[in-house]
Formats: sequence, C-alpha cells, structure tokens
Amino acid sequence: MNYLELTLIIGGGSFVAGLLGALTGLGGGVVIVPLLTLALGVDLRYAIGASLIAVIATSSGAAAAYVKEGYSNIRIGMFLEIATTLGALGGAFLAGVLSTQVIAVIFGFVLIYSAYLSSKPKEDHSNDIQPDPLAVRLRMNSSYPTSEGMKQYTVHNVGTGFGLMGLAGVLSGLLGIGSGAVKVLAMDHAMRLPFKVSTTTSNFMIGVTAAASAGVYLNRGYIDPGLAMPVMLGVLAGSLFGARVLMAAQVKALRIVFGIVILVMGIEMIYNGLAGKI
Amino acid sequence: MEEKNFRNKSSVSPESSKWTDLRVEIIIGNLLRIGVIIAATVAFLGGVFFLISHGIEKPNYHFFNSEPSPLRSVGGVISEAISLHSSGIIQLGLLLLILTPIARVAFSIFAFLEEKDHLYVIVTLIVLTFLLFSLSGGKL
Repeated sequence: MNYLELTLIIGGGSFVAGLLGALTGLGGGVVIVPLLTLALGVDLRYAIGASLIAVIATSSGAAAAYVKEGYSNIRIGMFLEIATTLGALGGAFLAGVLSTQVIAVIFGFVLIYSAYLSSKPKEDHSNDIQPDPLAVRLRMNSSYPTSEGMKQYTVHNVGTGFGLMGLAGVLSGLLGIGSGAVKVLAMDHAMRLPFKVSTTTSNFMIGVTAAASAGVYLNRGYIDPGLAMPVMLGVLAGSLFGARVLMAAQVKALRIVFGIVILVMGIEMIYNGLAGKI
Repeated sequence: MEEKNFRNKSSVSPESSKWTDLRVEIIIGNLLRIGVIIAATVAFLGGVFFLISHGIEKPNYHFFNSEPSPLRSVGGVISEAISLHSSGIIQLGLLLLILTPIARVAFSIFAFLEEKDHLYVIVTLIVLTFLLFSLSGGKL
C-alpha cells in the first residue's frame, strides 16, 4: 500500500467516524485509534497523535456553532479546564512511560464504558437541592434558553466535578480522545448541569484539553503529518456533514449500532493488548 | 478585599453581564471557526504537495520511530514550512490547529479583564500557562 492509497483509506474511514460521532453525539475521536491500530496496523503512538488532532478539529469546528445558541457556560468551562489541562499533561507524560499494551487495555475499558453510557437515556437533573457554596463564589450559576424562556440552573459538587475532570484530562492525554464519557459523568451526574449546558460546555473544553497534550505529543515526535492530515480532514468533513443531516437521521438506531461497534472495538483492544499484539 | 470586590461584581444586573458573555462567546465562536478553516486549508495544500511528491512511496507506520527533529518543535515546523517542504506545510497546518484553542484561551483573558472579573483572569492565566508549557515541550 502506498501513501496515496493509505491517505484515501484513512480519509474515508475518518469521514465515517466523524459523521457517526456527530450524529450520535459520542464524538469521532474514540474510534480513530482502534481504526488505525486494529484495521491498518499503525503504531499506537502515531494513532493517538493523529486522533488528538482530529479531536481538536471537531471540537473547535462544532463549538463555533454551539456558542451562538447560548447554552455553554464559559466560567464552568474555564475553571474545569485547570483540571483537564493539568490532567492532560499528566496523561501525555504517562503515555511516554507506559507500554503500548497497557495503554491498549485501558483504551479498551474506556471504549466499553462509553458504549455502556450510550445505551442509557440522557437524564436531565432538576435543581431541587441547595447549590454548592463554591459554585456561588465561582459565579458558576447561570441560565440557559428553553422553549419557555430563560431557565436558571445551579451547580452542585464542584469539588467532585473538578476531580473527575482531572481524570478525563489524564485519559484524554493518554489515549488521544475527547473523554466525552467521563466529562458527562462529571457535569451531568456530579455537578447536575442541564444536559444541553453540559454537552456544549464539554465540547467547548475538549479542544483546549486536547491542545494541552498535543503540544507534548508534537515535541515527542508522535504527530506524523502523513497520517494526521487525512485523519484531521476526514473527521472534520464528516462531523460538519453530520451536523447538517442531524435532523433527518434515525439517531436512536444509529446510537445502538455505533454503541455496539465501540463495544466490539473495546473488547478487541483489550484482547490485543493482553496478547501483546499492539 | 478581593472577595468584597467579587461580591459587588456578582450583584451587577444579570442582563448586562449576560449580554457581554454572549458577545464574547460569539467572538470566540468566530475565532475558532476561522482558526479551523485556516488550519485545514494549510494542511490540505501541504497534503496535495506531499502526495504529488511521495504518493507512490510506501509508508511504514507499523513500527514507531519518532518524527525527524525539525517536525517536532514550533520553530522547526515553521522553518520547514518556509522552505516549502510538503511535510513541513502539513505540520504547520496541524500546529495552527493546536494554536486555535490556545488563542481562544488567550482571548478570554482580555474578555474577563474587560468584565473586571479578576478571579477568572487568574483562572484563565493558569490554563494558558499549562498550554504554553506543553507547546514548548516542557521547557518553559
């Protein structure tokens, strides 16, 4: 296989990943690494470097559309980015120390957890209990537009959310993914944000988190131009196209299919990691 | 003292503060969009040149042997791109993409300064420091 063929195959695969990621809301980044390593035999470190680039591209591209709707909360995002960027630096450091087998096994478990989360319906938390006093001091409580006008929300468990975000950052830096699954856990379940606010704020943060580890990866020589270029352009085109057709698609069936694909990839990553084939 | 200021600040009417937030978010949205478009265009052009000159060569990605040193640092990537090496141009596109969210964070400092929200100026400076530390390869 020469460069031209490989570029077209990777570009096509990344387009599909970006499309499914946008349609299902799971993000395309999570399947790029298994696609490159399991299907094309690319070294795990190159694959993670390319995936980080794709994650920054989709996050920044989509954030431009989201911010105008007024759902995202830049204060919550910026405060939690202290945790995610520090975690991402730690994760990028770990990626240089841990063996690729160990990274593959961790990756597999994160994939399986993402698949499990995608099978559960999204819950919207109401604000019936006292907000965290820290959230008041940090000016996090805000409002968002609903069909009945602006609705107030309060933020809970800031400390737990901050800790979980640190973990999301570590996984992002170690595995080259957006860690959407852990961010949902932190913002929906711990901080009890309305899910429109948490999804858009999380998307807003993903690019900054990925940039924190991408610098380290670039300096280590893990970002290869020939590989990252088709991944970035493919995922970007796929996710932009996905956002356009979102209204017409049968999202529920797609989520199930994509969830199963992620589950199978997770099991295969763990198997390959344990068998030393990665 | 700091805390007193801060409390006064939060008693500002929500509408005026919301308006500023929204305006900031729209500028940030456009900044991100422009950054991504420029980065993707540069990477695409570099990719076309790369495939014209190396398209029929056989890549080896099965074994890891780190990128050559010019493609591993900000200065190296820029000089490779200026000498019009195709892989340097792609790498410049990727670097511009990495810089896009960093520019967003840097811009937020000015936005929080304008809102006199000193707490968040500090928060944002911390995040920016981590990002620049990473980009410099830990040599800050």
